[in-house]
Amino acid sequence: MEADKNPKSTVWQSLFGDPVRAFGVVSLLLLIFLAIAPAKNHLSEWRHYQQQYLTLIRGRGDAVTLQRHLQGGIQQIWLPDLGVVDRCTTCHVGLKEASLADIGTQPFRRHPVIPHKLDEYGCVMCHRGQGAATTVEEAHRSTLAWEQPILPARYVEASCGQCHRAALAGTPQLNLGRTLLARYGCVRCHTVKLPDGGTMMATDDPPSLSHIADKTTREWIYAWLKDPQAYAVSATMPNFKLSDLDARDMSAFLIANSTALPGDAATLPVSKTAPDPTAGASLYGESFCASCHAVQNAAGNVVGGDVGPELTRVGSKVKPEWLQGWLRNPRSYDAETAMPHYRFNDQQLSVLSGYLESKTDSDLLAAVHLDTATPEQVAHGKTLVTEYGCAACHEISGIKKPENFAPELTRIGSKPITQLIFLQGMPHTLPDYISAKIRQPRSFGAALKMPQFSFTPAQVDALTTALLSLTDRSQTLPRALVAAARQTPDYKPAGKAGKLMADLACFSCHTINGRGGDMAPDLTWEGSSVQRSWMHAFLKNPNTLRPALIRRMPKFNLSDGDINELTDYIMTVYQSPGIDRDSLPVSGYPTTQVEQGRQLFYAKYACQSCHIVNPKSDKGYIGPTLTQVGSRLNAAWIFNWLKNPQALRPGVVEPNFNMSDDDARALTAFLMTQKTASKQEAKK
Amino acid sequence: MRRSSLTGFACSLIIVIGTTGCSRKSVSPSPLRPTAFGSALVESSGGKQIGATGAVLAQPVIVQVNDEQGNAVPGALVESSGSAGVSFDPSNGLTDSSGQFTTNVMLGGMAARYQITASTLSKAQKRVELQLEETALGYQEQVGQQIDEKYCARCHNPESSPERVSNYDNLEIKPHAFTEGNTLNKMTDADLTAIISHGGPSLNKSALMPPYGYTLSKTEIQALLAYIRLISDPPYRGSGMLYVQK
Repeated sequence: MEADKNPKSTVWQSLFGDPVRAFGVVSLLLLIFLAIAPAKNHLSEWRHYQQQYLTLIRGRGDAVTLQRHLQGGIQQIWLPDLGVVDRCTTCHVGLKEASLADIGTQPFRRHPVIPHKLDEYGCVMCHRGQGAATTVEEAHRSTLAWEQPILPARYVEASCGQCHRAALAGTPQLNLGRTLLARYGCVRCHTVKLPDGGTMMATDDPPSLSHIADKTTREWIYAWLKDPQAYAVSATMPNFKLSDLDARDMSAFLIANSTALPGDAATLPVSKTAPDPTAGASLYGESFCASCHAVQNAAGNVVGGDVGPELTRVGSKVKPEWLQGWLRNPRSYDAETAMPHYRFNDQQLSVLSGYLESKTDSDLLAAVHLDTATPEQVAHGKTLVTEYGCAACHEISGIKKPENFAPELTRIGSKPITQLIFLQGMPHTLPDYISAKIRQPRSFGAALKMPQFSFTPAQVDALTTALLSLTDRSQTLPRALVAAARQTPDYKPAGKAGKLMADLACFSCHTINGRGGDMAPDLTWEGSSVQRSWMHAFLKNPNTLRPALIRRMPKFNLSDGDINELTDYIMTVYQSPGIDRDSLPVSGYPTTQVEQGRQLFYAKYACQSCHIVNPKSDKGYIGPTLTQVGSRLNAAWIFNWLKNPQALRPGVVEPNFNMSDDDARALTAFLMTQKTASKQEAKK
Repeated sequence: MRRSSLTGFACSLIIVIGTTGCSRKSVSPSPLRPTAFGSALVESSGGKQIGATGAVLAQPVIVQVNDEQGNAVPGALVESSGSAGVSFDPSNGLTDSSGQFTTNVMLGGMAARYQITASTLSKAQKRVELQLEETALGYQEQVGQQIDEKYCARCHNPESSPERVSNYDNLEIKPHAFTEGNTLNKMTDADLTAIISHGGPSLNKSALMPPYGYTLSKTEIQALLAYIRLISDPPYRGSGMLYVQK
């Protein structure tokens, strides 16, 4: 024991035996400890990068300027209003140097052009990460003390969405993601509260299931529940991965729960004469059904619009009586449908419904054999329908719409990683978690209710981006910084014409006073734009104005009374306050002015590159055909349009030529001479 | 503050101890063994795509390994690499039964043109390479792309589809496609800006090109210009153009 102790005590003795020596040793130790901090500072990463930057710029022509711009030491952008303390510019020294465009290595790259100034917004507003950190690791990657690592570049548009609630031209991915959140019904189960107090609203239109037995069979419901995309590849309904028995019971309940509507079972009075096989297809074409409905072609491509459901296999779904009733007047089954009420006659109804009934798929229901449902099955079906939250999207009589059915996503973009449960082998980051949840929700647990959607990888990225924009910061931003979404006004035209317009679903395609679709022209000022006689004739028989368009105004077979009602309403109500219809005459322009206008049309402004006045020589295919524009438009409208098209219809493609009044007047004179051929007038 | 820094310190201490405790050797995946060798690599699809920075390209890149007779070779090893910032999923693999190797490409975080290289070994252990190029658009270029699609493409892009019929064939004097580097690269930024803002006649060119200076803002025209410069083929090498090196 003593032998062991001896050497130690001698060391102790030699160091601290003598008070002077002890003082010396302690001082030395203190000095070493004191030197740690300056040494760490001297060897810090940022110093290394600033040195590297100096080496990088040394040989360049603008080295002197660059060097003058460089400020050594720790740099900081401090924005107290936003809670931003960013020291990123300590290492990222060349962010604002336009001349460094050829440098591809980080941290010296120039920042790409964006609409904001770096000094006003800092870095973490967009890129996240730990702004105050001064080491690479701490600033960029998630540490236990900091939950927000750098946002990968593929999701960076999410940061724009924190302040910008409306769609931006530069953020296509974010815009798509938000559209998908609304269109695929995500926000029907998941609440997303917006900072302005509202909630994100769904834009899809899931049908009511209260009268489903009128429309389709239990076998189809079964097949649909099992795999919606087998019926229609473009269906937005997700796959709930139901077992055969669950699908059996749910279909049993939905049929048993359905109540009949009068009119759905009415059969057509006309005898079923063998219809012309091409008549159905041509009526489908003439009615421009494809503007809203898609059909999958032989090559597997889905061709057509996405306003209404895909019709590839519609004959395997709907009952003939229901289909006829629906085509006769869709509003008697669904008052809010986007489908217009075509005034088809019985003959047309039978041809069109026959054509649609022939669109079948024998494989779809071949394997479905269901026995008559027992009361137990129906009861079990009701439980399942309630549990799966079907009523969050669909109206089902007897089942209440569930509230807060799924986790709220208002602040999902700031969700702490410690609160997430990751799958094995998955990168532990929030974007990876969100995108995996969207791609394979059930892989996080077989008992989870979230269904399987069939999104493409680009759609998953877009949805992830939109969700990542829902951060704490987005909720707590200073008011002045929020660029609010445009409110869609709840405009409804009044009176008899208003009812007629709702019946014809004008707003499914046209926008008026800010509300409506974008498939067809904005009609807000249509009354100032067109002549009454043209409007009347167009509603009676819509002809083509833009030859290159495949989506056109359908013929609704309106009665003369309805046409007069609509024409009068449009001509009186949809008037622009800035245009005096009578300020320029319809005809009687001096020949010299007309000729001057012709010169301007063909030479100075080369309007024929987009428009056709003389069908023999002009070929322009972008704007509307102007062969009969003098019978269609008002002179005052043409004049004002030429002066500034975007003032009359925001966002229109025709450029503003900054035309002089004289030129605009001469062109107006020339265009007003382009009247409907006298032959047709004689016919009238 | 003090508390959080203390916990932070404690945490980092734990991390340091934890990480030094376990070995950091990464487990390398078992190397793929080619069962066949080809002599040529050809592109099936996926080159010359335009995507967004940091995003996965819409179409995967598919390359095919052929032998000397030009027949597809299944089971050959294809490896892919690219300029800084590009990543592949998967980065290497064996060709399938039709001799093809498919990989999803994620472009880097900056607006630029990216070189990607697919390579395979021939029987004689010689490396056969195939170079492809992809373009990533940044914020500015994406804005430009949208302006192109809305205002320009109907005339400047000869490709026609039922959804968007091209007006190119209807024009007496043909406009230049924005990818026509041989013509557009010779024009200065100032010239292009003048033609966009004031129309063809401003440079003694056709009046069929209308002025957009009163319709588009200066920023929008700059964005359009940035887009045109980035997608031109052959590439524009003037100032401001970025070509990511390996």
